Formats: sequence, structure tokens, C-alpha cells
Amino acid sequence: MDLVQNFPFLTIVFSLTCGVLCAVLRPKAAKNLCLTWLTLTFAMSLSVLIYTLRLDGSFVYRMGKWNAPWGNEIRVGPLEALMATAFSGVMLLSLLGGMGHIFSDCEEGKVNLYFTMSSLLISSLFALIYTNDLFTAYVFVEINTIASCALVMLKSSGRTLVATTKYLIMSLLGSGLFLLGIVILYGITGELLMESIAVKVREIFATGEYSLPLTVVIGFFSVGLAVKSALFPFHSWLPDAHGSATASSSAILSGLVLKGYIIVLIKVFYRVFGLRVIMAERVSNFLFIFGILAMIFGSVGALRERDIKRMLAYSSVAQVGYIYVGIGTHSEAGMVAACVQILAHCVTKPMLFCAAGGFMDVSNGKKAMTDIKGAGRRDKIAGAAFTVGALSMVGIPFFAGFVTKLTLTQAAVSSDNIRMVIALAAVAVSTLLNALYYIPVIFNIFSKTESTGIKTERPRADHAFALCVFMLLNVCFGVFSQELVDTVRRGLELFGM
Amino acid sequence: MPEFLKNLFTNYYETGAVILFGIGFTTLLMHRNLLKKIIGLNFMDSGLYLFLAAKGYIAGRLAPIITNGDTDPTKYVNPIPTGLVLTGIVVSVSVTAFLLALTCRLYDKFHTLDIDEITYLARKERE
Repeated sequence: MDLVQNFPFLTIVFSLTCGVLCAVLRPKAAKNLCLTWLTLTFAMSLSVLIYTLRLDGSFVYRMGKWNAPWGNEIRVGPLEALMATAFSGVMLLSLLGGMGHIFSDCEEGKVNLYFTMSSLLISSLFALIYTNDLFTAYVFVEINTIASCALVMLKSSGRTLVATTKYLIMSLLGSGLFLLGIVILYGITGELLMESIAVKVREIFATGEYSLPLTVVIGFFSVGLAVKSALFPFHSWLPDAHGSATASSSAILSGLVLKGYIIVLIKVFYRVFGLRVIMAERVSNFLFIFGILAMIFGSVGALRERDIKRMLAYSSVAQVGYIYVGIGTHSEAGMVAACVQILAHCVTKPMLFCAAGGFMDVSNGKKAMTDIKGAGRRDKIAGAAFTVGALSMVGIPFFAGFVTKLTLTQAAVSSDNIRMVIALAAVAVSTLLNALYYIPVIFNIFSKTESTGIKTERPRADHAFALCVFMLLNVCFGVFSQELVDTVRRGLELFGM
Repeated sequence: MPEFLKNLFTNYYETGAVILFGIGFTTLLMHRNLLKKIIGLNFMDSGLYLFLAAKGYIAGRLAPIITNGDTDPTKYVNPIPTGLVLTGIVVSVSVTAFLLALTCRLYDKFHTLDIDEITYLARKERE
């Protein structure tokens, strides 16, 4: 066994350890440890990605070398490694981009806990990406929930507390449904490992027995994870939680946490049920319809907001809709589009939230549109980053957002007629709405104001560095889109095997 | 008695578990009092654990602990669901603790447990 094969397991376990250590360290030391470890995990995930691409296949890592029914497994392929690399990189940049806010927003002496929670969060995200066992997925979904709620509430004010409570309650309802799905599926198949379940599900499906319970189970999984990833009718908690948290938390929650649950859902669809069963069950029709509604209503919600962070949060609702439309198009191409959108949104939205944090720094800490007027002139790097992010969200070529819109449209065209018409119309309307709310903000932040009573200081070096890397990433994403889409497609093929 | 009802009565553990889950779920979703929401959460989780434990039990067999050197697997019940229940209990304990701590802080701040009132007060706080 190659040394690289140990890396996914090590990233999960040492992230947990790092979280525990951060809890007893001083804030500065905790910050250094957390950032160093994140850099290391990024390097490790990248080497795993290169290894799996060279191998052109996936490998299974058995914990303690126990075989299937007794032991626990993680499974690593190019898609998983790509996601892990992107997540660890974005996590690092989001923390750097909002570092000033972390230290000013958290209560005195509790800053190290922020890094504890970040480490636990990245650990659970890695576990969700890699795990091959449904019950392990459930446990890490809960760890993810607790860590992300704690990240919201570390900025202690009445509003964040209320937002956290609502977020936690909705998340718990979602995980309750998810666990019920697992329990019933375990009752039907008697297995928890994804591959073994897949074999049994295929047998059961062929005989036509248990067709109603299978539909119900798919429904529980879909609804449970849709609640947790804020699909349209269940999105009410998201603007509060993401809008009131500190800059890094908003970036991490929008960019990574929502995606973690969607990856679990894709995993369940691909590796537990298999695409054929999912298509026959027609559950994806609902995901498709709600995805379309999310694209429209999320954008409408964003259009009505006068607060930049809440606007970005509503925009996340719309972007999650794109992912679900991709999943709902009933095809491999649609799944590719969904995965590309996961990556594109995860490099774009954290940049926007960090830039918004930069605007707040140069506008006396306020975040209403009228208060941040001219902020792009006072913090030029944040202004540039926001412009790049906004153009990417609108879907200008050579930026990340364009790649998703392109792959999603291609997937829609290759789908059946009704879906094609609806999806194309929704993408058009949503693009228009995106432009309607992002372009005025760009004008707003670059408009001239007589800046009286606002103290302007140089932006922090780590903030500027993170934003520059984000911009570079976004452009690279747009320019090397073909290679990326090919990697994702190959990864998905291996993912389903 | 129709087939459907008969199935409900033969699998009475599962029926009870799902009813418990339903009660807990609606309480967690609908109730305005935060403490009752937490009780609902625990109802919901208990329902799930009952379901799992019932799935693992095989009538007439022993708990899977070897005391007399008998390693014949057909004499014992399935141990995996029990293990899952234990893991699940750990998860629900920590979630409950977190939610209780949050409730304490909310009560300290707003002096009420009613979530609607708290939302209203928090909104007023901003303006």
C-alpha cells in the first residue's frame, strides 16, 4: 500500500485532534496551529488527487484492516479528492480572509474555540466526502451541524443566538429524517456499507418487492438533506444564520457546509441506490422543480434585501437551486453540472463574503447598502474581489459561474423536452435577476462619496492575500474549465462503480 | 381485519416507534416553547432508537455476550443495531446539551422561552 493511501484517513483524524488541541491553546497559538494544519491537509488532499488521477481509479481504505461487514471503510476517487482539495483550500482562505473579524467579533478569551470549531468542521466535511458507510455519514452530519451552529453563535449578540437556534432546530429535523431513512433502509437490506446496500437494493428493485418502502426511504433522504442544505421551501433559516455571523463563518457556511450535505445526497443517489433506481422512482422530479423555484425565489429575495450579507445569503439559496436542478435533470451530464456548480460556488461565495467583511471594516462596521457606498474605493482589493465574484455569479465568460451555467445548459439540452424548456428559461431568468442585484452593488461600492467620519486603514495583509488567491482561483476555474469538467466527469464515472 | 392493519399490529414495536417519531417531529417543528422543542427532539430520537433496537431483536435469543463459551451465532441477537443505538444516544446527548445551553443563553438575554417572542425581541434589538 502506498503512503498516499493513508492521507485521507489522516486528514480526518488529525483534523479532529487539531480541534481538541486548539481548545486548550492560547488564541494566537490556536490560530497558527489551525492554519498550519489546514495548509498541510490541502497539500495532502492535493497529493491524493494527483495519485488517484494517475491511478485513474479509486481505492478503499479499511480501518484497522477489518473486512467489510465488521470494519469501517473510506473510499477515495478523483472526485472525492478534488472536493477535499477544494474544501481545505477554501477553508484556509476563508479563515484568512476574515481573520480580523474573528478576533474582533468573538468574546475575549474564546477565540481559540473558533479554531476548534473550524477544525471539527473541516474534519467532518472530509469524513462526509470520503466515508463509505451510511451510519458514519450520519454521525459526521451531526458533528458538522454542531460545529457550524457554533461558528454562527461565536459572534455573540441576540440576533446570532436566535439565528443559531433556528438553524439548529431545522438541522435537527433534517438529520432526524435522514436517520429514519438509514434505519428503514437498514431494516430492509440489513447492511450499512454503501456497496453492500447497493447490491441488495438492486436485487430488491429487480423483484419489485418493497417498492413503497424504497420510495419512502429515498424521500426521507432527499427531504432530510434538502432541509439541511437549504433547498427552496426550507431555506428560511439561511439568511438569518449566514447574514448575522462573522465574515469567515458566513463564507464557510455558504461555501462548504451546504455543499457537504449535497455531496452526501449525491453519494446516496449514486452509490447506495444507483442512478437507475433513482430515475425510476421519479424523486428527482421534485428536486428539479424545487431547484427551479429556488433559483427564481432566491434571486427575488436577494433583490429585495438592503443588507449586503443577507443579499449574499439569499444568493446562496439561488445557487443551491442550480445544484439541485443539475441533480434533477435525470442524467449523468446533470450530475456533472451539479458537481461543477458545487466547486464553482465554493470558490466564489466565500470570496464575496470576505469582500463584504472588508467593506464593513472601512464603513464603521455597518453592512447596509447605503452605508457601504464607496467602500470599494476605500478597500480596493475587496472592491476588485467583489467585482470578480459578482461577474462570476452573473455568468460572464472566463469566470467560474459561466462554467456552471454552460454545463447546466448543456445538460438541460440533452434532457427531455419539458425539462429543457423549463431549465433554460429558469437559467435565463435567474441570470437576469443575478445581474439586477449584483451590478447595482458594484456601482454602489465604486461610487464617489465624501468620506467624512470614516477612518480608513490599510486592509490587513492576510485579508488581501486571501482575496487575491480567490480571484486567481476564480479566473483559473474559468480558463481551465474543460480540464476541470473532464476530471469531474471521469470522477463521477468512478464514483458510481 | 384488513392486511394493512394486521401488519401494523404484528410489527407493534415499529408502529409505536414511528408514532413516537411523529410526535417528536411535530413538537420540534411546531411548538413555540423551546424546552418542549428539546423534549420533542428527544422523543424523536427515542423513537428511532426503539425502531433500530426492534429491528435487531430476534425473539427467543440471548444478548450477544459470550459467558459460557458458546460461540454459535444462531443463539444470539444481532448486535449491530444495539451498537448503532449507543452511537445515536451519544449524538443526541451532545445535541441536547448544545440546545439546552443555547436556551439558557436566550433566556438570560430575553427572559422568555417562547421562540416567536424571542424572534420579535431580537428584531427590535437591531432597530
